[in-house]
Amino acid sequence: MADYINLFVQAAFVENLALAFFLGMCTFLAISKRVETAVGLGLAVVVVQIITVPINHLIYALLLRKGALAWAGLPDVDLSFLGLVSYIGVIAALVQILEMTLDKYFPKLYNALGIFLPLITVNCAILGGTLFMVERHYDMGESIVFGFGSGFGWALALIGLAGIREKLKYSDVPEGLQGLGITFIIVGLMSLSFMGFSGIRL
Amino acid sequence: MNGARKVLIDPLVDNNPVTLQVLGICSALAVTTSLLPALLMCLALTSVAALSTAAISSIRHHIPNNIRIIVHMTIIASFVIVVDQMLRAYAFETSKQLSVFVGLIITNCIVLGRAEAFAMKNGVGMSFLDGLGNGLGYSAILIIVATVRELFGAGTLLGYRILPLVSDGGWYEANGLMLLPPSAFFIIGLLIWTIRTWKRKQVEVPELRIHEVHRTEVL
Repeated sequence: MADYINLFVQAAFVENLALAFFLGMCTFLAISKRVETAVGLGLAVVVVQIITVPINHLIYALLLRKGALAWAGLPDVDLSFLGLVSYIGVIAALVQILEMTLDKYFPKLYNALGIFLPLITVNCAILGGTLFMVERHYDMGESIVFGFGSGFGWALALIGLAGIREKLKYSDVPEGLQGLGITFIIVGLMSLSFMGFSGIRL
Repeated sequence: MNGARKVLIDPLVDNNPVTLQVLGICSALAVTTSLLPALLMCLALTSVAALSTAAISSIRHHIPNNIRIIVHMTIIASFVIVVDQMLRAYAFETSKQLSVFVGLIITNCIVLGRAEAFAMKNGVGMSFLDGLGNGLGYSAILIIVATVRELFGAGTLLGYRILPLVSDGGWYEANGLMLLPPSAFFIIGLLIWTIRTWKRKQVEVPELRIHEVHRTEVL
């Protein structure tokens, strides 16, 4: 259990996908002007991350890994080069299915997340989470925890940035730094403060 | 000819994908701690962008509109796999440093954005140039950031010692912050400031102007 909590803290704070690995930056900078929309997108990312990382783990472990096809009588086949195209396919399909399911059974949640769901397919934080899971050889339980932790950390950083930017419009920023420039400097400062978490172990 | 030149040159400064369109920053900044991986990343992204926009443009009349994103993704992913396998074959050590970021070219917004905005409407040759130009615009930013970070963070460029370190009997004290993630954000922020001071058209209009409101009127 302690291992899982450790992994969660690691994924959410120390190795924050947005602030330490620069993943999902495009959406991170574009959808962080209002706290409300940031909360919506953050929630959507957490949900998608919790589902896609374990499913991609299953695909990797049961189909693509070297020797994974032993159950089909093909112990020497190594399909890991097909990884990228299968993961992105899984993510795109899952997002589509999630969208349809929410639309049918939870219209309220669908309306809240609506416009953000399709955006998530091309969010590198999602694909990044999957690729890190493969590179670090997580097992099933770890994949679930890692998916949740990394999604949570990303959402936290997004909502934090949105809060700062809402206040920022009242401040006097030099002309050339206006908008994108100052946002980068703020994200840099946030990243600096998140580095304070490094070395934390439970 | 003039049109082709414009398509190729425009994304370098005037319409830079990173500093103006806010695209493709995602996977880029993590590979800029030193120059060599950054150069490889530039090469990888530029070739994927140019080839995939050309490929998408050549079949643009046959792609059904409502599933076009998936078609784009599949084409881009195939090129990324080719590039990834090439890197593993010929530059294994550096490709280890790039880790997941080569794979993340698939979700790089520059490639998908150009496919969507340009390749679906223009011919093969022009789309190839457009992909190439945007790849080069991205590369320019990456190379500047990587040069600053490696030079001031480690005192080297491409592994060759430029500034002799104090620990080796020289005079330069390495700035460790340059090797950490926050510095990449600061450098890009300052770079945007520089470009916008030079090209004033790119300056964003603030949502709220403070100076025009008089204090007493607010009270």
